[in-house]
Amino acid sequence: MENVDNLEKDICIQLKDATVRFNMAGEKVDNLKEYFVKLIKRELHFKEFLALKNVNLTIRQGEAWALIGNNGAGKSTMLRLICRILAPYKGTVSVRGTIAPMIELGAGFDPNLTAEENIYLNGTILGYSRKFIQDHFQEIVDFAELHKFLELPIKNYSSGMRARLGFAIATVRKPDILIVDEVLAVGDAAFQAKCHKRIRELLNQGTTLLFVSHNKKMVLDLCDHAAWLDHGEIKFTGTPAEAYEAYESIIK
Amino acid sequence: MKKLFQKIMGWIRTLFRYKDLLILLVQRDIKLKYRRSFLGYLWSILNPLLSMLVMAIVFTRVFSRNIENYPVYLICGNILFSYMRESSTQALSSVIDNASLLKKTYVPKYIFTLSKITSSFVSFVLSMSALVIVMIATGVPFRWSNLLIIVPICELYVFAVGLGLFLGAVTVFFRDMKNLWSVVTLAWMYLTPIFYSLESFYDENSLNMPLASIIIRRFNPMYMYIQQFRAMILHYTPAWEVPTEILVLRGALVSVIMLLVGIITFNSTKDKFILYI
Repeated sequence: MENVDNLEKDICIQLKDATVRFNMAGEKVDNLKEYFVKLIKRELHFKEFLALKNVNLTIRQGEAWALIGNNGAGKSTMLRLICRILAPYKGTVSVRGTIAPMIELGAGFDPNLTAEENIYLNGTILGYSRKFIQDHFQEIVDFAELHKFLELPIKNYSSGMRARLGFAIATVRKPDILIVDEVLAVGDAAFQAKCHKRIRELLNQGTTLLFVSHNKKMVLDLCDHAAWLDHGEIKFTGTPAEAYEAYESIIK
Repeated sequence: MKKLFQKIMGWIRTLFRYKDLLILLVQRDIKLKYRRSFLGYLWSILNPLLSMLVMAIVFTRVFSRNIENYPVYLICGNILFSYMRESSTQALSSVIDNASLLKKTYVPKYIFTLSKITSSFVSFVLSMSALVIVMIATGVPFRWSNLLIIVPICELYVFAVGLGLFLGAVTVFFRDMKNLWSVVTLAWMYLTPIFYSLESFYDENSLNMPLASIIIRRFNPMYMYIQQFRAMILHYTPAWEVPTEILVLRGALVSVIMLLVGIITFNSTKDKFILYI
């Protein structure tokens, strides 16, 4: 899937004819009896559903891309494809560099463990070494402002606190590629502003950003490129302002 | 060939990169297993000890006539078989239990399976103290050659990893496996000489080896590991058992085959997991 060597030097993400297919079986067949019954009755056909259709996109280092479009247009699917959570059904996806995926903040928190234990768990899920987390532990706690609650199991945390902690862990190391999928909406205004500032800092240091948000103001402020997705196809690429213009002209 | 080599090197590199995660997951499992229980880790020792006692009381009259040191015989078979059952049962649901995480972030999927197999391995090693206690109580002498048990233990671990990967992958597509597997392990337990010995198959009047005994000797991997282990603990191999050297080789072969089956199954289906979890 990753033939990174073929990439030009300054390209960090390249999708070529990428297609993602989901099986939309009438009902999910996930047990043997049903499987055989359907196999014998020859009912085992799946309705194909293409979440992304032949998408081509090249993203260069340091660019900040916004993906815009309606719900179900394939924005999250595309992010998942780039994060390697999904494999393409057809086409290729090449990615160079480390990714900080923020598809959901604090994915992988274990509710029964304390915040401290979860920082280590979540950090290693992101591919940090234990040593790295130890060295940057204070930084994470400072950013999340959770000094008093470190001994508390995560299940007693509010969703905002959890998001703060998740964001702090994901951005403590400067990633080559930062992927943000509508995760900042849960936090309060102060937290959003803080995250905004942190993302800007990372951008200034040369991180590539992929951003999905329905917050137009934030998109226009952070991003310099945008792609408009509709029903799994890229309809338009250009500057965010142009993309919004094209997108909004259809809605109205 | 070169491509395969590169692929394997790639795997080793990712495994190395995520080794801290693996260690943490194992620690978490062990920590959470006994959290809030009074005796905590002691249960890893008490459990096999108590179940050995129960079995010894129940079966002594029926099976033990010709088995030397029945308590040690029992507990050897028991802890090894329990490890296989526990690790495979946990590995089976390791992928589907982490569905929400696998949908949201990229982690090598086998990490969860491997961590479950490894954390049960840790409690298995702890449960060896139960064996030591029984050995002291029944007066089995300790010798340096006891340490050879490391061989069947390694074979069993490799076997468990292969089996776990296979089950973890299959269960994603067929959830029935969860229920089926408990029946399979039950049948497997009765087909393994844990509380009886192969001798009980023999008819006093005929010299032929009964079919059941042949099947178990040839095709039951758990027999291979358990019998090796017992022979190394008790320094004694009755005439009806397969010689230990042969079991060491057969056991190694079976565990490598199982590992390959597991890796190939898991690897060829892992990209589709996300569509089914």
